[in-house]
Amino acid sequence: MRSVEMRNGLLCALPIVCILTAGFLMPLLVVAGFSIMPQKSFSLWRIPDFSSYWVLLQHGYYKSLLWSLFLALATVVVLFLLCYPLAFAMARVFKKFTLVITIGVVMSLFVSENIRLFGWNLTLMKGGLLEGYWRSWSGTGFDGLLYNVPVIIFGLVYVYIPFMLFPLAQSISMIPEDMRQAAADLGASNWRILWEIDLPLATPGIVVGSLLSFVLATGALAESKLLGGQVVIVMADEVETAFTYGQNWPLGSALTVVMVSIIAGLAIFGVSRIDLDRIMGCRRVS
Amino acid sequence: MNLSASSRFALFVYGCLMLAFLYLPVIAISFASVSKARYLSFPIKKYAFQWYGKALVSPTVYDLFITSLKIALIVTAVSMVVGFFGALAFARYQWRFRGLFQKLILLPIFFPQTVLGLAILIWINALGWTPSWKSAVIAHLVWISPITTLIIAIRAYAFDATLEEAARDMGCSTWRVMREVTLPLLAPGVITGGLFAFLLSWGNFPLSLFTTGADSTLPEWLYAKMVSGYSPLIPTVGILSIIGSLILIAVALGARAMFRSLAKPL
Repeated sequence: MRSVEMRNGLLCALPIVCILTAGFLMPLLVVAGFSIMPQKSFSLWRIPDFSSYWVLLQHGYYKSLLWSLFLALATVVVLFLLCYPLAFAMARVFKKFTLVITIGVVMSLFVSENIRLFGWNLTLMKGGLLEGYWRSWSGTGFDGLLYNVPVIIFGLVYVYIPFMLFPLAQSISMIPEDMRQAAADLGASNWRILWEIDLPLATPGIVVGSLLSFVLATGALAESKLLGGQVVIVMADEVETAFTYGQNWPLGSALTVVMVSIIAGLAIFGVSRIDLDRIMGCRRVS
Repeated sequence: MNLSASSRFALFVYGCLMLAFLYLPVIAISFASVSKARYLSFPIKKYAFQWYGKALVSPTVYDLFITSLKIALIVTAVSMVVGFFGALAFARYQWRFRGLFQKLILLPIFFPQTVLGLAILIWINALGWTPSWKSAVIAHLVWISPITTLIIAIRAYAFDATLEEAARDMGCSTWRVMREVTLPLLAPGVITGGLFAFLLSWGNFPLSLFTTGADSTLPEWLYAKMVSGYSPLIPTVGILSIIGSLILIAVALGARAMFRSLAKPL
């Protein structure tokens, strides 16, 4: 029986492993290869000189890296504060309404990200939904709310809400209600229950949600372009410029390698702590 | 949970506000799409559907629509098949490299899509191919087939393995067990996974941006227009693409309800 399971597992895994090898691992290897080629070369068969990494250090590319990381960190903090109450309510308080919120949030994912960001553009710009109606109502206008750093964080928070909300709600719903009840019976206040029971036991969801939104926000591009009007240049923007206008593949590859190694470090750390069987297989405990 | 009625109500209001927040931009776009003016400014003075008429007869929009549809249909078909087998390897069989496999599946989802798109573009150039909508299919598959796998895997976890064993003991071949027991049991998950695959591929922008070459999908074209300034066609085509998704969801829900009512008498 064991050997049958082994054979079936391997065979069933084969198609998707092929896709991921051809479309994910190989591209990353090629990028890693290009990153050590001489500047502006378009072939992998040159003598490697690692010059891109040197250029990367000298020309201040670390600034956009730091911006990307800062924006992502700020996004994660805001997202956590914003999503925790709702996730808690979805897992514990609401009954039918949880389904409404789940469907509502998932459906919003199906609207292309840039269409939704463009919608914010129309809402926040001068003469947009907010400013226009405010002006016609009160008679005094204000400048548009676009093109600054907070609005980029706002856009990132908006786009990545589902990636924080669902892991949080999932892990909160797996905390046994008895524990909270016991703590309440022993006289703990609601705040103390939150601090000593809910937050520690919801750690898996907090880790997954934070990592997922951090990783995705680090590589985000559209928010800073559409809402931020490039007041800051983020890492993904530098990568795109190097590959397209700059026609300097090795530099773009080196930037990618640096970004990916930071992200991969975090992602592997996170993924290794998740017990998938438990998260996905477990029925909700309530 | 012993919360007071007022805090329950506060949480309910918070949930409603959050949903409103999620859909506010879509509302702004739908208003903009029925504005008559060429240069948008709120409050809208005159409403008209003329831009919808222009968008519907435009050959550019038609081509974009066909390209997006082609990509989404192929991605859906492939990721349903691949996801079905992937989910069995993910959740059903206890094989040696299962833990490793599960982590491999998660990696592309944990990866910034813009960068993934660029990496795939470089790889395709290194192979000496010309990027076209076909390379976008590969890029979408790398991101979407793991998601489909996860969705089907949720169903596969709740799977009763003894049913398969019973069929095998009765003398069914592996293939027949797969076709007559495993597939029907996982079918709801496969259909949900396919729906997700289509919708995610239809709306995807960061992966298409770099991998479609000379071809262009709807979200990509919208982005190009947005970056180069306002055009009244942006909100209109955006809303049309959302309507496309809504129709598909409605069809899927309708089909599900029909299957349910057909299955009941049994």
